[in-house]
Parts: sequence; C-alpha cells; structure tokens
Amino acid sequence: MDFNLTEQQLMMQKLFREVAQNEIKENAADVDENERFPKESVEVMRQAKMLGIPYSREYGGAGADYLCYILAIEELSKTCATSGVVLSAHTSLGTWPIAQFGTEEQKQRFLTDLCTGKKLAAFGLTEPNAGTDAAGQQTTAVLDGDEYVINGTKIFITNAGEADVYVIFAMTDKTKGTRGISAFILEKGTPGFTFGLHEKKLGIRGSATCELIFNNVRIPKENLLGKEGMGFKIAMQTLDGGRIGIAAQALGIAQGAIDEAVAYVKQRKQFGRPIAKFQNTQFQLADMQTKTDAARWLVYSAATAKQEGRPYTQLAAEAKLFAAETAMEITTKAIQLLGGYGYTRDLPVERMFRDAKITEIYEGTSEVQRMVISGAMLK
Amino acid sequence: MKIVVLEKQVPDSTEITVDKKTGALIRDGVPAITNPDDLAGLEAALELKDKNPDTEVVVMTMGLPKAAEMLKEGVAMGADKGVLLTDRVLGGSDTCATSIALAAALKKVGFDLVIAGRQAIDGDTAQVGPQTAERLDIPQITYVDEILEVKEDSITVKRSLEDVEQIVTAKLPCVITTLSGMNKPRYMQCDNIVDLCKEDKIEVLTNAELGIDPETVGFKGSPTSVKTTFTKDVTDKTEVFTLSEQETADMIAKTLKEKQIITK
Repeated sequence: MDFNLTEQQLMMQKLFREVAQNEIKENAADVDENERFPKESVEVMRQAKMLGIPYSREYGGAGADYLCYILAIEELSKTCATSGVVLSAHTSLGTWPIAQFGTEEQKQRFLTDLCTGKKLAAFGLTEPNAGTDAAGQQTTAVLDGDEYVINGTKIFITNAGEADVYVIFAMTDKTKGTRGISAFILEKGTPGFTFGLHEKKLGIRGSATCELIFNNVRIPKENLLGKEGMGFKIAMQTLDGGRIGIAAQALGIAQGAIDEAVAYVKQRKQFGRPIAKFQNTQFQLADMQTKTDAARWLVYSAATAKQEGRPYTQLAAEAKLFAAETAMEITTKAIQLLGGYGYTRDLPVERMFRDAKITEIYEGTSEVQRMVISGAMLK
Repeated sequence: MKIVVLEKQVPDSTEITVDKKTGALIRDGVPAITNPDDLAGLEAALELKDKNPDTEVVVMTMGLPKAAEMLKEGVAMGADKGVLLTDRVLGGSDTCATSIALAAALKKVGFDLVIAGRQAIDGDTAQVGPQTAERLDIPQITYVDEILEVKEDSITVKRSLEDVEQIVTAKLPCVITTLSGMNKPRYMQCDNIVDLCKEDKIEVLTNAELGIDPETVGFKGSPTSVKTTFTKDVTDKTEVFTLSEQETADMIAKTLKEKQIITK
C-alpha cells in the first residue's frame, strides 16, 4: 500500500494548483456574483489539456490516471467550485459514457473533440418526476425509420446550453421499466432541441444549470449509445464515477475554506493578539484539517480503485457522502472563525459555504449514498 | 532549427539566507522556481516551435541534480528534451566558470540559437548569457523584448533598453537574452507530463564527459568571491514640505528625474 502520489500525479497537482491560483481564483467571486459561466476557466483548461485527462491518447486525451483527474477537480474547487463542476460534468458525466460504451465510430465522431476541449459535454438524466427515482423517466425515444424521435424534458442539467454534446436518457420501451431506458448522444443545434430558463441557485452560481427541451428531436439511430435498454445501467455506472468527481469538488471546497481561515486567523487581532493564538481557534482548525484529510484519503482511494479496475461503487458513495458532509461542516466552521467578515461577500468563505451545499444533493443525495453503501453491506 | 534555452533554478523568495563563510546563498528549504527571464525565453522558443514544428527545443541548466525538476517542467511545457549539467567539481562556479561549462555543453549538444534569460533573480548579474556567447565566439543580443523574425541564417529582434528600443539583426548561430515581460509563459500540458513520466527525457552530463579542465570551473576556477551578502536597510524617512500645486508638481518631477524613473 502506497500513500504517496506518483511523479506524474505530483507534476499534475502542481500544474492544476498554478492554473487555479493564477487564473481561476481571480474570477471566482465575479463568476458567482454575476452568475456567469466561467468561459475563461474552460479556455485555460483547454490550453493545459485538462479536458480529457483520464482518456486515451488515441482520442486526444492525456492518457493520465484517474487520480490525476480527481486532483484537477480538487485544486480547481479550492478556489472556484463552479469551475470544478464544469470540469467534472464534462469529464465524468458527459464524456465517460461515450468513452466506455461508444462504438468506434461514435468515439471518432465525438470523443476526440471532447478530450481536446474543442467541444464541451453534459449529461441529461434528471426529470421533474425522476430525480432520485431515476427509473421514472418520461422522456421517450421512438424509432422511426433510421431515426429516433425524442420528446420530453430534462431539468437541472449542468453545462446545459454551454455544452455541445449531451448524453441523454429516454424510454424506448415503457413496459420494461428500467430495462426500457436507452442512452443517446445529442448535439446542440439539432432541430427541436432547445434550452429552458437558467436556474437561480444558492451556490455554484456560475455553473449553467437549466432545462433541456426535446420537441420531436430527430437523431440518427447511430446516436444510440450502447444497446436499447442499456440506458439505466449506463446512467448508474456513469454516476458511480461522477460521484468521485463531486467528492473531489467537496474536498476542494473544504480545503479552500481551511486555507482561507488559516490565513485570516494569523492576521486578525482581538484582545491584542492574533486569534490564531487562542486555543479555540487552534482546536477548530485541527479538527477541520483532520476531517478533511480523512475525506481526502477516502476520495483518493475511490479514484485509485476505479483506475485499477476494482469495484468502486461503495467506495465512491462513501467518498461522496463523507466529503460532502465534511465540506458543509468545514465551511460552516470557517465562517464562524472569520466572524462577521466571514459572513460577508467580501471574503470567499461565504461563497464556499453556499457552494458546499450542492455536493450533498447532486449526483445522488447523501441519503442515496447511504442507500448504496448499506445496500452493498446487506446484500 | 535547434534552439537551446538556458535556465536557472532560483529560490522563490527574497528571504533567502546566506552562508556566512562563503557568502553563497543557502537554497535549502526555500521553494525553487524557474528564473522568470528564462521562462520567457522558453516561451519564446516554444512559440517559434508552434510556428515551425520542425524546431527542436532543448532546455539546459547547470545545477544540482534537483534542477532536473525544472527541466522536466520545461519539457511538460513543450520542450523536446532537457540537458542537466551536474558535477561536484562545478559547485561554487561563478558566472565566468559557469559560462565555460555551459559553452562546452552547448558545443556537445549543438545549436542554431541559444536563448538565455537576461538575468537571474538571485544573483542579478546578467553575465552568464553574454559570457557564454563570448566563449562560443558568436554574436549576442541582450535585453530582447520580442523576436520579430527568424530566417535560416539570421534573427531579428527588438531590444528594450531603459530609454530606447532597437531593432537588431544578427547572424545565426547566436545568443539572445530575454526579458520576463516579453510574453506570458504557457502552462505545462497534461499529455506532456504523461509522456515525460514514461520516458526519461533528461540527459545528464558530467564535467568529465565534457572534457573541461577542473581547475577552470567550480570554486577553484571562479575569480569572483562574494565578500558579503546582505539585505539593504530601508529607513523610514519622512520629510514634510508645504508647497503650492505648481511647486509640488515640479518637485515630484525633479525627484523622479534624479532617480531616473522618468527621463524628460
């Protein structure tokens, strides 16, 4: 058992840290305040070849290991959780199912552009009546000659409108329940495919979150991903991996809040000395870092299991559950340490606190993670 | 075309400590970075490679084995390989001795263009690039702010001096020294990192391999000895003047001229 990062991982970590600190951080408050998609973050990720980190060189990826990708999400999320989720939704949710289940022809058509960052990806599963109960899909896809005709809506879709390629799910046979769900690749600009209003969110406010509307959208049958009826399996496996990405986002938010708190308590003086000199501050920080490090090893261990081809469903759920709840707790404590200033939008921990909350909800709520973990324990 | 970029790993802080006996800088424990002027030189070389992919870019340094980290970062940015000149006998070399070693390594590796940063942020001498050009007996252009044109046998650049800019053309091969403000160096790229971790792209050269007389390098071969290194004391001196608006403006202008911050 080796807990050390490899040379590749250390160099990548340094790169991601430089990108996050030098390029992403300065825009984070503006991205949040103005609810604007961080296009400049995507551009710098494209230049550093960060948009296809774990994918094969054959398709324009970096060919790095999965933990490198997780380190990228962590480092970005330390300064801007919005940028973290843009990368996570693109890599884990939009691109992975094509890399994993796509035909050679589909990979040539879509994967290379996604890995090189020429195009951005998104994933559409959630519907108004199919959230945690993803099996309740009402979007339909009907084969008509050589084309599928898609009708329905998806909600809360990350990167919606900004992404060029969408992996979406629809019922091809309602009588079969989850075995009647199929996955499709859809391109922006296809007639009948439009976007609804942007959601006004508590946190990750720069992340584009909106509705996908399919009104008699016709796509070639070659855009079916996997086989008919495989959609639910593809969705669940994709979310297993996505959870490690969101766990890394939560981990980054927690560490980012600690870093801000440490800097603040060293310079903030009360009763004639820096508040870092008070035992309460010291003990709070010790607890915060201990818990965050515990989350870190759970996240890294899930990423390593995925990389090595070991089962990771339970580990990914544990990592996401623990990292998300840790992020919420740590950002709450960080605001407390910063006091009144921490509650204002002049300092970033207030934003981190709002950003942390979503990690307990999306890509499977904390309750779903508990279902997954206990399900594996009791089977 | 083959471009060799000379780099130096320097401490990332002004708060470095000094060895009281030798006067040399103690680098242990201080994070190391690539000297900013050198990084601009590498970016300039990589931009030439972007335009002409046949261009080979080599990053070279003389330093401790640890300096290989910096060369790897250069390769991760897009250089083809790194050359590390490291040997105990080279330890303590001043700029004069360093240029002997670098010139020997450059002759061995081969080059059409050598790019060095103008000066390093630790020593601030601005001597190694020019001295290396002298040892190689080739033209040099210092203080380069922009590369305007590279032909098969010549290079045209813009030099940026304190109060004047010059357009200069030199025959190749030559040495140019670059300024950190000339560009924004690119980041490392993920795919390059993967490649360099799979395949060792750093060539290590020793003094013996270069056939340099050990008496001419290291402490022995260095005519410079650092007597003392210290941080300049900054004194808080406030003078209060009561002047009219015009007198105030004149005084500010005069002071700025005296300090050579403005010239007219």
